Amino acid sequence: MELDNGIDMSTVKIKKRSQFANAWRQFKKNKMGMIGLTVFTVLVLLAVLCPMFISYDYDVIMQHNQIRLQTPSVMHIFGTDQYGRDVFSRIVWGARISLFVGVFTVSLALTVGGTIGALAGYFGGKWDNILMRIMDVFLAMPGTILAVAIVGALGPGLFNILLAMAMCRIPQFARIVRSSVLSIRGLEYIEAAKACGTKTPRILWRHVIPNAIGPIVVQCTLHMATTILGVAGLSFIGLGIQPPIPEWGSMLSEAKEQMRYSSYLMVFPGIAIMISVLSLNLIGDGLRDALDPRLKK
Amino acid sequence: MSEVLLQTKNLKKYFSTPRGLLYAVDGVNFSLQKGKTLGVVGESGCGKSTLGRLVLRLLEATSGEIFYNGDDILKYSNEQMNKMRLKMQIIFQDPYASLNPRLTVSDIIAEPLKVCKTVVGKEAINNKVSELMDTVGLADRFVNSYPHELDGGRRQRIGIARALALGPEFIVCDEPVSALDVSIQAQVLNLLMDLQEERGLTYMFITHNLSVVKHISDDIMVMYLGQCVEFCPADELFENTLHPYTQGLLSAIPIANLEVARHSKIFVLKGEVASPINPKPGCRFATRCIYAKAECNNADVPLREISPGHFVACTRYK
Amino acid sequence: MEKALLEIKNLNVVYDTDDARVFAVNGINLVLNEGETLGLVGETGAGKTTTALSILKLLPNGVGKIVSGEIKLSGRDIVVATEEEMQGIRGNLVSMIFQDPMTSLNPVVPVGEQIGEVLELHHKCATTQELESKIDNILSMVGLQAERKNDYPHQFSGGMKQRIVIAIALACEPKLLLADEPTTALDVTIQAQVLELMRDMKEKLKTAMLLITHDLGVVAQICDTVAIMYAGEIIEYGTVEQIFEAPKHHPYTIGLFGSIPDLTKKTKRLTPINGLMPDPTALPSGCSFHVRCPSCMEICKTENPAFFERDGHFLRCHLFSNKDEGKEQNE
Repeated sequence: MELDNGIDMSTVKIKKRSQFANAWRQFKKNKMGMIGLTVFTVLVLLAVLCPMFISYDYDVIMQHNQIRLQTPSVMHIFGTDQYGRDVFSRIVWGARISLFVGVFTVSLALTVGGTIGALAGYFGGKWDNILMRIMDVFLAMPGTILAVAIVGALGPGLFNILLAMAMCRIPQFARIVRSSVLSIRGLEYIEAAKACGTKTPRILWRHVIPNAIGPIVVQCTLHMATTILGVAGLSFIGLGIQPPIPEWGSMLSEAKEQMRYSSYLMVFPGIAIMISVLSLNLIGDGLRDALDPRLKK
Repeated sequence: MSEVLLQTKNLKKYFSTPRGLLYAVDGVNFSLQKGKTLGVVGESGCGKSTLGRLVLRLLEATSGEIFYNGDDILKYSNEQMNKMRLKMQIIFQDPYASLNPRLTVSDIIAEPLKVCKTVVGKEAINNKVSELMDTVGLADRFVNSYPHELDGGRRQRIGIARALALGPEFIVCDEPVSALDVSIQAQVLNLLMDLQEERGLTYMFITHNLSVVKHISDDIMVMYLGQCVEFCPADELFENTLHPYTQGLLSAIPIANLEVARHSKIFVLKGEVASPINPKPGCRFATRCIYAKAECNNADVPLREISPGHFVACTRYK
Repeated sequence: MEKALLEIKNLNVVYDTDDARVFAVNGINLVLNEGETLGLVGETGAGKTTTALSILKLLPNGVGKIVSGEIKLSGRDIVVATEEEMQGIRGNLVSMIFQDPMTSLNPVVPVGEQIGEVLELHHKCATTQELESKIDNILSMVGLQAERKNDYPHQFSGGMKQRIVIAIALACEPKLLLADEPTTALDVTIQAQVLELMRDMKEKLKTAMLLITHDLGVVAQICDTVAIMYAGEIIEYGTVEQIFEAPKHHPYTIGLFGSIPDLTKKTKRLTPINGLMPDPTALPSGCSFHVRCPSCMEICKTENPAFFERDGHFLRCHLFSNKDEGKEQNE
């Protein structure tokens, strides 16, 4: 019978509190973070579930010239555009596209950049130098220019845009992962793993990477936000996703021609971009605060 | 007379730094018998932690030989070394940095078993983990806890359980109790001593705390700037202290006894430790030694056996 | 009757964290006279650092609160003092040095400037020359060369850094120095040097000191009075002679002494205290030590003992009560 404070502890169940659970508890306390998370969840749900109540061909693509340029009404809550298409349907479908691009780009950048950073950080020396100097080359180029150059060379199209967006994020992830790994590799639990003969892949997979991903989680949300903004920007200048696909940036671009008489057409894509980017930023800030041990009381 | 388990010959480890060559461990010789404890004592920068890691080949030696059961393990291939690792393990100082924060207690203790495949099968592994936790005095209810939920003493017990998992014969204890509270230190020291008795373990006990090392060691080696300056049986170190550094070290320990504190002459070592980078020839302690003479700076002072089993590196003893 | 320099009466300090309320300090009483050194001894979580931080009102903002009690510095209750008044006291009347010299110094400011900062804050020098010469004096006083005042902290060793920290603390010649485990992070030979320095300073400047430590050896060397803390309470208090040599002791004190490997005696096994310090969010009923006490009686589980006092030696334990004292004298 083990006594702790005079209570028989053998019967007390200990609640399993992983660091993830702790982080979630902390995050819940952050009001702005929770608002961001709620809004973003709604967006995701809309994006995922929209095929159930919106028909791609009829509502989003097909032109209905008899109802063109109608201001918001009960039938069309965001109004219709210059081709008679329901703006609300297009905005919601656009969420699908933006989120897809965001998630895919960040996943690609994280996988490639994270691997490069982990290898550079763990092995150090010559490899660190070679890999990080390559990363520096990419970092030296301004993101937008690089994206424009890639799309310009390869032509617009979904895959090329994803590639372009990922390229400038790979070095950033590489740097963060590398510095995380550098601070972990000298710790004693890594030595302990080596002391029983653990091979390097297992050390990386089981000991290094799980402990290095903390700072990256925050970066992921922030990068999603910038990706959405970046794609919108590319599409706005005509290098991104081509019409009639309802991407928010290209919708904005088309709307500027109608600015004089149908200014509502610019408002909705703009707000959509703003809300997604803002909610992601709030989540990112909330996560950063939740994961920072010094801010815990 | 038990057999010699571990022996080093002229073991050296030099690190190249931008400012020059750092002589971390510089020509250390010792032998350790099976079932005994060698206490390695010294202050920061003396090379004791480096020595502990060299012996396990967690760090590669620059030169020298390490004989385990008669074989030079520095010549072993990776495969042979991995088999050796089942026999030699390490307990770390920092109960916070030595455990992976993402793994539960059970995962941490089971990890060596999974890596070396000494125990296979989920149930067998769980049983072994329970057994080990019981051995080190960790209650079963912590099996799914995370290290950050436990205090320093319990975390250190996890480290000990992990070190015992593969059934080693030799354990390097790198300051295992320095980060713990006094009463917890005593509990963990007792545990280590009990384990040694039950399992016939051989320890290399690294510490800066002379009172702890006397309690647990059979022989003591005092290190200063990478070299061994005195080596003798534990009792003799305190009754018949020869090297001036050891004398200074002993005299600096605050004794929890009023008579001693108030009335004994406290011989405070002046100055600071010299730099281990590109050291000059001669005794490295000479700059702080009150007995220093010209001959101390001329040439390196070798370790000499002054009385049976008692070695000193000092020009005062020939 | 001389007014005590520091008087703490019935101090209660809590930390209000997200999880629970931590009862860090539970009704302690302390007296420190000028020039005296009080050793505050206890293990991690006993409440020693909290006590020191409370004296300077440096508890973490919003989380640490002095719930009740008085802290009087030269007769003046500082619990009610404003932040501005406290700023005038910190570094001037009362200074504090912390455990880790590595992080106590600003790495980007030369050490001379860091010492000068405290002198300037409290307007101790009229001219720049006076300031510079005072800095030089202080550096030599702590055993460092005055020429090194433009060096940066990383250029000094651990022991030297701690001397610089002591120099900053003593620059304005405070009446009281709070030292939180000042030598724990140092090597034993350097510890001896720093303790010698602190003894010298105590003699020269007549500074009173509240020394927090868990090392009874250090206490023997430098303290005049000792208070032993456990779970936020002082369970034994007296002069250093009484703590080391009196016949009666609190079981925890006996346990502490028993946990230390004795260099003079050969013992096979140490006699540690079983168990751990209680969780400060859920202190046990009655005497907070009863769970681990080898002499635990029924009354210990329900009633917190009152202080038993003999010749200024205070013990908080049911084993000793003033009623028994009366009985003893009659026998």
